[in-house]
Amino acid sequence: MRKDTLALKVGIHFISLSLLINIYYLAIIDQLGADPVEQVLHFTGIGALNLLILGLVITPITKRIKTPLLMQNRRLVGLYAFLYAFCHVFSFWAFEIQFDLALFLEEVVERPYITLGMVAFVIISLLAVTSWSRLKKRMGRRWQRLHNWVYLAAILAVWHFYWSVKSDTTEPIIYIMLVLAVLFFRRKKLMKFIGS
Amino acid sequence: MRNAIGQSVNLPEQAVTDESLYLNRRTVLKQLGFFGATGLLGVSQQASAVDWFTSKQNKTTFKTSPLTYQKGMPINEKLTPEAKVTSHNNFYEFGTKKSDPVENAQHLNVKPWQLRIEGACEQPLTLDYEQLLSMFPLQERIYRFRCVEAWSMVIPWIGFPLVDLLKKVKPTSNAKYVAFQTLYDPEQMPGQANRRIGGGIDYPYVEGLRIDEAVNDLTLLSVGLYGKTLPPQNGAPIRLVVPWKYGFKSIKSIVRIKLVEHMPPTTWNILAPHEYGFYANVNPSVDHPRWSQASERRLTSGGLFARNRIDTLPFNGYGEYVAGMYKNMDLRKHF
Repeated sequence: MRKDTLALKVGIHFISLSLLINIYYLAIIDQLGADPVEQVLHFTGIGALNLLILGLVITPITKRIKTPLLMQNRRLVGLYAFLYAFCHVFSFWAFEIQFDLALFLEEVVERPYITLGMVAFVIISLLAVTSWSRLKKRMGRRWQRLHNWVYLAAILAVWHFYWSVKSDTTEPIIYIMLVLAVLFFRRKKLMKFIGS
Repeated sequence: MRNAIGQSVNLPEQAVTDESLYLNRRTVLKQLGFFGATGLLGVSQQASAVDWFTSKQNKTTFKTSPLTYQKGMPINEKLTPEAKVTSHNNFYEFGTKKSDPVENAQHLNVKPWQLRIEGACEQPLTLDYEQLLSMFPLQERIYRFRCVEAWSMVIPWIGFPLVDLLKKVKPTSNAKYVAFQTLYDPEQMPGQANRRIGGGIDYPYVEGLRIDEAVNDLTLLSVGLYGKTLPPQNGAPIRLVVPWKYGFKSIKSIVRIKLVEHMPPTTWNILAPHEYGFYANVNPSVDHPRWSQASERRLTSGGLFARNRIDTLPFNGYGEYVAGMYKNMDLRKHF
């Protein structure tokens, strides 16, 4: 592995993990404001979105500045998006709902914004478990077709964010625009994907 | 009745929050050195965890003063720590994030203050700041405070029953409802000057009660909490507390109380009528579209692993004192 690739990988691991460990540590010792659960949910949710969008801008950027450096880290960024999303969903079940499975399922079904978020999470989970190189080879063309669902996941995720907000929608709208921008770069591919 | 519901607590030492713990957090964060990393993830407004890294040391510069009041009877519930009560606020005039009010409200000028009581009454009245604190004997009321967002607190308010004030102005028979209004001062309240900061709400914030709700002994005009005058993020110098209703009914920093004949408009109802009704009685069997109201998380001390999810009680547990007012109403319709 080239030195700069290695440095970037280490950097991604360090930042993603340390922020995550930090937020849980502070939440556990009750040093995260009055409602640590809410803080953890916001942090992991927005973190997942940031990483998802970051992963999605790597391809268009690589097309312009021709270096393999970013591309070599795309999967890692995507996997961290999954990890953050997993922490988001797990924290909702474990700390907001406090392990009441019946209530958790009820919330997923009855609150449309949670339903959308859950669908996005299921998609991202499928992409994460099929991210192994060996599996990618074995799946062939089906792999790409499956992984194109990331665009739908991104749309559902920002929609989930938009619906979850009570009044000030500025921030979710910014995220919606970011996702639309990311999709705009792939408009040709998307048209083909939808057409097929 | 007053004895039964003027329940209160002689505060044990440990119930009062350890403020040093709170301030300490920022030092811990600095030592961890996370200042630089935050930009990379572009963490947003709402993920305010990261804000703690950079926020100023002393958020609370507003000076509160101790109050003289009659203590109430103890109740069997743990108080929410003072630092949580004063740092987790919905007061959109100062921003929509829970931590915004404590940061943005510290310079609110409460002296002088004028509270005007007018409308369908024989003797309209204007109270100044001193009169708010001295006109009536103050008493402590420890109430459960349930937010529509499905979190709750237990708060030792200090104040006087609204009915005491209403008696002074002598309502006429036309007084069927009571309308309340928050201070409108965009220079002091950034949310009123900027729609984005203020969550797109039309200000001033208005609320209302039916007259029987207003004269119920539980309904409190609060001028303090935890033995001291209210800090601005909690609605200084005077706010309403209606413990059997969702928190948004408890309008803050009141400048006007008007006795009226018709049901007055209320802010959240104007904004989203299908989500927020006029009555807003705590009701576990009527869900909000975004939050199940069947249970709630009680914010006391304890971090992430606090086992604090509890069932929500009809009328927030105050049914025996208030249910009678609604006995012929369909509370699914009049939510």
